[in-house]
Amino acid sequence: MVTSRLLRPASRLLAASRPLIAPTRSVLQPAASLPAIVNRRRYATPSGVKEVAVRDALNEALAEELESNEKVFVLGEEVAQYNGAYKVTKGLLDRFGEKRVIDSPITESGFAGLTVGAALAGLHPVCEFMTFNFAMQAIDQIINSAAKTHYMSGGIQPCNITFRGPNGFASGVAAQHSQDYSSWYGSIPGLKVVAPWSSEDAKGLLKAAIRDPNPVVVLENELLYGTPFPMSEAAQRDDFVLPFGKAKIERAGKDLTIVTLSRCVGQALTAAEQMKKDYGVEAEVINLRSVKPMDVEAIVKSVKKTGHLMAVESGFPSFGVGAEILALTMEYAFDYLDAPAVRITGAEVPTPYAQGLENMSFPSEDLIAKYGAKLLRV
Amino acid sequence: MAACYNQLFSTNTTVTAKVEDSMDFPGGKVPFTQQLKMIGGPESSTPPMSCYRTVDSTGADVAGAEVPHQIGRDLATKMYSTMAALQIVDTVFYEAQRQGRFSFFMTSAGEEATAVGSAAALTLDDTVFTQYREHGVMMWRGYTIQQMAHQCYGNQLGHGKGRQMPIHYGSKELNFQTISSPLATQLPHAVGAAYALKLERKHACAAVYFGEGAASEGDFHAAVNFASTLGAPVVFICRNNGWAISTPSTEQYRGDGIAGRGPSYGIASIRVDGGDARAVYNATAEARRIAVTSSCPVLIEAMSYRSGHHSTSDDSSRYRTADEMNRWRARDPVMRFQSLLLANNWWDAQQEKDLRLNLRKEVLKALEAAQKEPKAPLADLFTDVYKEMPWHLKEQMAQAMAHSKAHPGACPSDIPVR
Repeated sequence: MVTSRLLRPASRLLAASRPLIAPTRSVLQPAASLPAIVNRRRYATPSGVKEVAVRDALNEALAEELESNEKVFVLGEEVAQYNGAYKVTKGLLDRFGEKRVIDSPITESGFAGLTVGAALAGLHPVCEFMTFNFAMQAIDQIINSAAKTHYMSGGIQPCNITFRGPNGFASGVAAQHSQDYSSWYGSIPGLKVVAPWSSEDAKGLLKAAIRDPNPVVVLENELLYGTPFPMSEAAQRDDFVLPFGKAKIERAGKDLTIVTLSRCVGQALTAAEQMKKDYGVEAEVINLRSVKPMDVEAIVKSVKKTGHLMAVESGFPSFGVGAEILALTMEYAFDYLDAPAVRITGAEVPTPYAQGLENMSFPSEDLIAKYGAKLLRV
Repeated sequence: MAACYNQLFSTNTTVTAKVEDSMDFPGGKVPFTQQLKMIGGPESSTPPMSCYRTVDSTGADVAGAEVPHQIGRDLATKMYSTMAALQIVDTVFYEAQRQGRFSFFMTSAGEEATAVGSAAALTLDDTVFTQYREHGVMMWRGYTIQQMAHQCYGNQLGHGKGRQMPIHYGSKELNFQTISSPLATQLPHAVGAAYALKLERKHACAAVYFGEGAASEGDFHAAVNFASTLGAPVVFICRNNGWAISTPSTEQYRGDGIAGRGPSYGIASIRVDGGDARAVYNATAEARRIAVTSSCPVLIEAMSYRSGHHSTSDDSSRYRTADEMNRWRARDPVMRFQSLLLANNWWDAQQEKDLRLNLRKEVLKALEAAQKEPKAPLADLFTDVYKEMPWHLKEQMAQAMAHSKAHPGACPSDIPVR
């Protein structure tokens, strides 16, 4: 039963649309596939809400934290002179100088270790990985050193560090550049893990990460960097932070709870509208924002109302974020479920390069809507 | 016209005559040569880097040795006493482990002078990162035998609250980072800490210890390259003790040891006799001076010998000869330093007897006290995972407490339920 859900029929996948994926094929360097970002920030509306691209929200968060706390510095490959492989650190070198925005030799384990050491010595480093795919070279430093030192030192040695960079699959960059690490880091005691979707998420969570005394992994999404989102007046202020472990209800509904994160939040919202149109059902969409700690309370509260749960994520199915959401729901809200909970995930294959196959490997809006309908038997 | 032509001609001749002698490369000027000659490798005639020493294998002064940092009576006796304490801790703690009092231990035999000689040249403002065979450094900085015993027993007074294996000491007051098990991860950490010192404009360095085996890890190469490119004030101290568990140095590298790698990374490097405490002290003092004043890394390779087993889980007689071990044990670093004290009339047989007797009593007392102390309380299982305790750990802690109180015996008797 479960297996059949994991190995989704190809016909369903083929029918799915992938509007957010750039149709163009990238060259080897992921950065090269990016459209040039020219002034993504839009004019303010009368209400004070501005459209800001995720990339600019992250840039703003870094600039504000570098400005307000001299212990903060940014280190990574291409972050300074080149303004970041994805231009997230644009302008920071000019503004804060080469002692605080530092280009690194190409040694993930080395610069991750260096920033961990700086954090152990009392600084608040932001360690940028060009993508989290490359952070595997440094995972010993993240897990064995950053996450465990506070505990193993008997609580005397905090490690205030932020690991950030793009995570998850991108467009046409194949298996070694297309993996979602949410469940990897989410399983480690001592780490906090966040996955922003909107620009407000990106700014609020990154600022909170830099300020948090624990090591935090910020899993951004490459495909969202150029996407503009409305940003409230409050979120534009330099004191805007989002709490960890608190999910956000992006769309209220009474029939089905969709728990999701990162880019899948946008897909779930589109799917929810489609379900309303096609089947007349109201899905509630919960944006997790934080993977660890996870807001179980928000999930349980919603399931009590809807009686149905669907987890949507783009990681591999086995031992994934979806598996965790389903298990937690079973543990804390089993009696409120009217049907077995389901998960929609990436396919259990290394991400293929061919665009048609790549499209079939990840959840689509249409797939989410159809599985929602199936779950609700409508 | 003719004059003009001549002028042109002569100018051209000058240009042609000026030999292009170097390549203006983005990484710096590279001189050209007409000789086809390779550097290094099996056919190289370059001799290995020499090893700096101030006393010979018996402990007698070497004529003409440069000793810019003299060691006076007080410093010498303190260094000697620390080395003696290290020897006695090693012997008694090793036996305690063999009796099953704790799970694991590692000794420093053969490398006492490397640890204590280098530690004596550092200040408490310097941040120290060690591998696992440098208790001598901690003891020099003021970590007590009692603190070591508490940690090894993993009791409630031990650093780390019983969460780490024995010998993973650490101390915030002594600016000594908690020891981490994976090899070589401390090297990039030290570079980061040194970079922090640089940003904060502190007149101090980071000192980091590692073995020649750890220098084969990628982290070593990453760390030295980072330290060099970032201009981080860090002193790398390699204890080349000949053996990485059962792997001899000959299988660990083919070049000129560890110090030989330094210059190619742009790092000032020195090879020193690790069994000569005065040489190690002088090399470290110089390295520290250069690192702090020039804000750059320095690499020290201390040539010594691991006279003991790798750890209590190892039996080194299975892979090395008794003859080799005996030869090295005859160059005992502690005896060599004692000779220096005796030659200066700073030490006598009575002092020696009293020191060792008192230390032995202190070590036994410390172990006895540590054994009596209860283990870390049950709550410590859940604290410090994060700076603040998250709800799910609070929930689990409450459940564990309630269960242990309701069912006496569910929790081991030496672990207090609180």
